[in-house]
Amino acid sequence: MATPLVVETPVIRRQTQAGDIVARWVVTVFAASILFVTALLVYQLWTGSAPSRLKSGFGFLTSTQWNPVTEEFGALPFIYGTVLTSVLALLISVPLGLGAAIYLAELAPARLSDALTFLVELLAAIPSVIYGVLAIFAVVPLMRSHVEPFLKSSLGFLPLFKGPSLGVGFLTAGVVLSIMTVPYIVSVSRESLLAVPREQREAALALGATRWEMVWQVVVPYAKLGIFGSIFLSLARALGETMAVTMVIGNDPKIRASLLAPGYSIAAVIANEFSEATGATYQAALVELGLILFVLTIIINAVARLMIAATTRKGSKRS
Amino acid sequence: MSNLLIWRKGVNSVMLTVTGVFTVITVAALFLILGYLVYYGGSSLDWNFFTKLPLSAGETGGGLANAILGSLEIVAVAALIGLPIGFLAGVYLSEFPDKVFAPAVRYVADLLNGIPSIVVGLLAWGLLVVPMRQFSGLAGSIALSAMLIPIVTRQTEQFLREVPNSLREGALALGACKWKMVATVVVPAGSKGILTGMILGVARISGESAPLLFTAFNNQFWNGSIMQPTASLPVMIYFRALSPYDDWHRQAWAAGLVLIGMVLTANILARLVIARGISVPRG
Repeated sequence: MATPLVVETPVIRRQTQAGDIVARWVVTVFAASILFVTALLVYQLWTGSAPSRLKSGFGFLTSTQWNPVTEEFGALPFIYGTVLTSVLALLISVPLGLGAAIYLAELAPARLSDALTFLVELLAAIPSVIYGVLAIFAVVPLMRSHVEPFLKSSLGFLPLFKGPSLGVGFLTAGVVLSIMTVPYIVSVSRESLLAVPREQREAALALGATRWEMVWQVVVPYAKLGIFGSIFLSLARALGETMAVTMVIGNDPKIRASLLAPGYSIAAVIANEFSEATGATYQAALVELGLILFVLTIIINAVARLMIAATTRKGSKRS
Repeated sequence: MSNLLIWRKGVNSVMLTVTGVFTVITVAALFLILGYLVYYGGSSLDWNFFTKLPLSAGETGGGLANAILGSLEIVAVAALIGLPIGFLAGVYLSEFPDKVFAPAVRYVADLLNGIPSIVVGLLAWGLLVVPMRQFSGLAGSIALSAMLIPIVTRQTEQFLREVPNSLREGALALGACKWKMVATVVVPAGSKGILTGMILGVARISGESAPLLFTAFNNQFWNGSIMQPTASLPVMIYFRALSPYDDWHRQAWAAGLVLIGMVLTANILARLVIARGISVPRG
């Protein structure tokens, strides 16, 4: 090693090293607090749900009875409602969001694209209780007097569209959720599309593809992991969405085939009944529903993050 | 032109138009929502709304002053807890990372970010409401801060990573030790972005109602101490909108307008004014 030009005195070196060690410790402790909070959450959900888990075991997942008076608790109607509304939401928001993302990434001039994306992302900033207010006062009457009668008269032979038009129910919750999840799909899908290298586009066009063929057969497949990531991300959001769903799903713990029928979701039943739940088993059953929701969203989020991380690091159309 | 070519060109223009229409629908949704709120909320908003207490059910008039104040209280305490923790954890991830521990923290922060807010409410309920045998504003703040920490952590990390390495090397070459380099060079360089992230995070939690339902609960009177049930704007909107009274529906609209006004102003300020010229990571 070469001789250093400036020789530090040992005192200064010791002081600076001490400062760095302290700083490293401080920030590490704060970073560890994130792990601590998460661990605490898992612990709370696990111990809080213990009375219910011990009483009904795995039967909790398959039972369809929910009767606080007789202390019978089953999660299936809530799982059904949660999954059904989320799937309905995705059926609407995936085509809508992907279409908008394609327009924003491939067709719109950069400035317009950024401005419109900003507006779409503002949709994600709107508090969910406000979606709920609009859903109750604007979407529910619309569904009750126009959309649902129309669906029944045109597709009423299917079991999916039977029963009275209440306005509240699975379909309405799905429609509201679709608007709430669209910004995530647009935002993340657009990023993944923009990350597709320019050469891919040029090669497709040079082979004589039309613009749409280039997008659909080359760019979208190239970015598919990121697009799937965005879909999983919004699925996780839809599964855990509470307020807006609670206000329009109808709050009836029954499994029904008709999309027009009222139902219930996991998040909605916790929101509605938790502060009034009396009795240890009742409360524990609600916490166990929270545990189920937690596990469900953790798995889906983990998959989404991996997919998004795998695509968005490959170079960019605009860089 | 062959038929095939005509068909392909037709598909091309139809599909490209469809993507444009979908974009218009999505953006129109935002303006429709804002329009509804301004129309119904604007006509219900008056001075009483900001200064008066709620009246009992069925009476006309009154305001939600206690809920506005309660929201400010709950969010301020949540920010006091969540912002420093999130910030320092972000500094750790960007400046003092460890090979094993840092990826774990980063991944868990992302997962915590994706956990439904109502489940986070269960955490605060178990931590504070059960032992104290009482709903409290503090429990609500704890729930909100648990949501705020991962948001601020990841935003801080991303903006600090955008600070060029040459700045770090310059500081070190001048003889600064690492913590001085971070505190006096790196953090100030990333401060605009970090501030943006913090504002966005606080805006996000201030609209949350699910985690407050069984932590802060609600209150018809001026909030006493933070150890007691505390009214907040989002929870008030929820109860008002589900009530059978027209006058309460009016208040729900008005409160919705006030809430969205605050949230969107914060978003626009943060992203267009403060963050001008720097790209805001999304997620």
